[in-house]
Amino acid sequence: MKLTFTAADEAFRAEIAGWLKDNLCGEFEVLRFRGGPGDEHMFPAERKRWEQKLAEGGWTCVGWPREHGGRGCSIEQQVIFHEEYARAGAPGRVGHIGEGLAGPTLIAFASPEQQQKYLPGILAGTELWCQGYSEPGAGSDLANVRTRAAQGADGRWMLNGQKVWTSLAHESDWCFVVARTDPESRGHKGLGFFLVSMHQPGVTVRPIEQLTGTSEFNEVFFDDALAADIVGAPGDGWKVAMGLLGFERGVSTLGQQMQFQNELDQIVRIARDNGAARNPALRQRIAEAHIGLRLMRYNAMRMLSQDSNNEAGPAALVYKLHWASWHRNLGALAMDVLGPEADMAESAPYNLTRLQSLFLFTRSDTLYGGTNQIQRNIIAERGLGMPKEAKGNL
Amino acid sequence: MEFRFTDEQRMIRDTAAAFLQDVSDSSAVRKAMATELGYDPDLWQRICQELCFQSITVPEVYGGMGLGQVELAAVLEQMGKVLLCSPFFATVGLGVNALLLAGTEEQKERYLPAIVDGALTATLGWTGAEAARFGGQWGCEAIGLRWQACENGYRLSGELRYVIDGHSADLLIVAARAPGTAGRDGVALFALPADTAGVSREWQPTLDQTRRQARLQFTDVLVPACARMSGGEAAGRMLDDILALVKVALAAEQMGAAQKVLDMSVAYMHERVQFGRQIASYQALKHKAADMLLKCEVSRSAVYYAACIAEERVNPEGDARLADELAEAAAMAKAYCSDTLFHNAGSAIQLHGGVGFTWEYDVHLYFKRAKASELYLGAGTAQRELIASLLLD
Repeated sequence: MKLTFTAADEAFRAEIAGWLKDNLCGEFEVLRFRGGPGDEHMFPAERKRWEQKLAEGGWTCVGWPREHGGRGCSIEQQVIFHEEYARAGAPGRVGHIGEGLAGPTLIAFASPEQQQKYLPGILAGTELWCQGYSEPGAGSDLANVRTRAAQGADGRWMLNGQKVWTSLAHESDWCFVVARTDPESRGHKGLGFFLVSMHQPGVTVRPIEQLTGTSEFNEVFFDDALAADIVGAPGDGWKVAMGLLGFERGVSTLGQQMQFQNELDQIVRIARDNGAARNPALRQRIAEAHIGLRLMRYNAMRMLSQDSNNEAGPAALVYKLHWASWHRNLGALAMDVLGPEADMAESAPYNLTRLQSLFLFTRSDTLYGGTNQIQRNIIAERGLGMPKEAKGNL
Repeated sequence: MEFRFTDEQRMIRDTAAAFLQDVSDSSAVRKAMATELGYDPDLWQRICQELCFQSITVPEVYGGMGLGQVELAAVLEQMGKVLLCSPFFATVGLGVNALLLAGTEEQKERYLPAIVDGALTATLGWTGAEAARFGGQWGCEAIGLRWQACENGYRLSGELRYVIDGHSADLLIVAARAPGTAGRDGVALFALPADTAGVSREWQPTLDQTRRQARLQFTDVLVPACARMSGGEAAGRMLDDILALVKVALAAEQMGAAQKVLDMSVAYMHERVQFGRQIASYQALKHKAADMLLKCEVSRSAVYYAACIAEERVNPEGDARLADELAEAAAMAKAYCSDTLFHNAGSAIQLHGGVGFTWEYDVHLYFKRAKASELYLGAGTAQRELIASLLLD
C-alpha cells in the first residue's frame, strides 16, 4: 500500500494544472465552477467551445487507448487529471457522455468502421452525445424497454417510442438508444443498441421543467426515426448497455468529488462568515460532511487500485449509495448553514442561488442511476448473496 | 499510488484470519473473559512464538519483523473480528507505538527485544478522573499524574484510570504533567516496570468483558532519570501523535468487528425462516444489511488510508506532507469506525430478533465492545469536533 504518486505522475499533474491556468481565462473565465448536475443548462455555447479548446490541448478522452486517439493515461494520471480539472474550477463537461460512456462502449463493442465514424467527433469535442435508456413508466426497471426498432427491406432500422430523463438531449448531436428488436421479447432479451442522429425528422426533444424551475432533462420522441447504426447484433443490446454502465463507475467519480469539494468549501466559507461555524450542532454536521467526502475519495482510490484479485468488489457496489446520500445531506446542510437567508432567491421570477439549486437538485441524486432502494437491493443481492427480489407479472 | 494490499500483506492477513478463527472461537473468548487476567496466557505465548505478531512493527535491529502500520492494521482487523482476548492491543497498539515514537535508544534496546521474545507485555496510561468530564476527555487535558524532578530522577504521583490491561502489563508507559501546567505544556512521558515501588494496581470490572481496564495508584513513585522518554518540551505533542496511532489501531479492530457482525447476521438471516420465507428475502431486512455493508466498506477505506498515513509518520523516511495528516486521518477513521461498529452491532441484535438479546448468542459481546471502544479515546462527536476545529476555527 502506497499513497504517494511517482515523480512522473507529479510532472503530469503540473502539466495539466499549468495548461488549465493558461487556458481557463478570457472568454472561458465565466465558466469557472459552472455546469454539472443542477447547473447543466448554463452557458451551453461557451461550454461547447471549451470542449474544443480542451481537444486542441489534447485533454479530451485522456483515458482512451492511444490507438483510438486517446492519451492512454494510467489510472493514476486519470485520477490526477480529474482532480486538477475540478480543482481549477473548470466547467462541467458537456462532452462527458460521449467521452465517458459512448466512446468506451464503441471501443469495446463496435466495429472498426463504426469506431472510425464516431470516435473522432467525440475526441474533437465537436459532436455531443446523450443517453437513451430510461422510458416513461420504466424508471429503475431498465429492462422494461418499449421503444421498438424495426428493420426495413433495405436493412435499415427505424425507431418508434419515447425516452425520458435524457440529460442534455437538447444540446446533443447523437443519442445511443436501447430499443426492442424483437417485438415478442420481454425483459433484457431481444434488445438492440442503436446510434441515432438527433438532427433528423422524427426526433423530437421536449424539455422537462424540474422543481428547480430549470430544464436539463428532456423527453425524446422517436417517430420513424432512422438509426444510423446498430452496435453488436440485434439481441445484444442488454450486454452492450450493461457494459456501458460499468464504465459509468470509472475514474470520473474522482472529478465529481472535487466538484463536491468545491461545494463543501463554499458552505464552510459561509459558515465562517455568518457564525454558523460556532453552532455546535452545525459544526458536527460540517465535520461529518468533510469526513464523508474524504472517505468517499479513499473508497474510490481503493476501488481504482485493485488488481486482478479484485477485492474492491463491494467497495464499487456501495459507491453510488454513498455519494448520493452524502450529496443529498450536503444540500440540506447548505440550507441550514444559511439559516433564513436560505429562502432568499437570487432574483425574480424564480432564479435560484447555486446553493438553493444544490439543495433541490440533490433530491434527484438518490433517484437517477438506480434509486437508493434499488442500490440497496443490488448490494444485498450481489454483495451479500441474499435472495433476489420477487418479480411481479403485471 | 497503490491503495491495495501487497501479496505479503495479504498473506499476513490470511494467516492471522485462519489462526484466530481456530483459537479464538466463542467458547475460548467466553472462557478468557471470565478470568481476572482477561486472557489465556498459553494462547498469548502461542501468538508470540508461532506467529510473532507482537513483533510486527518492531524494527529488525531490535529483533522484530520490521513491518509497518498497514500490516498492524491488517492483523488488528482480524483480531477485532474474533474479539481476541489478549494483551496484543495494549502491548503493540499502545506500548510499542509509544516506544517507537517516544522511546530513547536505551529504552528501545531494553524493552523492544523483551516484547519480541514474548517475555514482556506493555500498556500506556495517561488518563485520570478528569477523563470522565464533559463526556470524555482523552488528550493532554486528561492527564492524571504529576511529575517532579528530584535527585537522580523523577517523582510521580497521582491516579491513572481506564488503563487497558493495566493490572497485568509488565511495562507501564505513562504521561504526567508538571504541577501548575495545562494543555500540552509541562507534559513528560516515562517508561517504568510495573513492579516499581509505590505503584498499586487494581482491575476494574467492565461492561465489555473482552477487554480489561485497570486503575493505577502512584504514591511517591521514584523513577531514575533514564525512565524519561524523549520529546522534551514537545512531549505533549508526541503524546497526541501516539494517541493518533492508537486511534488507527482501534479503528482497525472496530472495522473487523463490524464486518463480523454483518457476516453473522447474514448467515442467520439465511437460516432463519418466518412466515414460510428465509428472513433474508425480506426487503426491509436486506436494506438494513446493505447499509451495514456500506459502512464496513467505507470503514475499511478509512482504516487503510489512516494506516498508510500512520506509517509515513512512524517511518523515519516517511513522506512529511502525508505524515502531517495523521491527526485528521486518525480522527476520521476513529469517528467513522466507532459509529459503524455501534450501528452494525445494534442492527445485528435487531436482525437476530429475540435471540440477539440472549447471553447465549455472541452478538451482545460485539455490542458491548462497540460501545466501550467507541467511547475510548473519544466517540464520534469528539473526533468530529477535532475535524471541525481544523476546518472552521
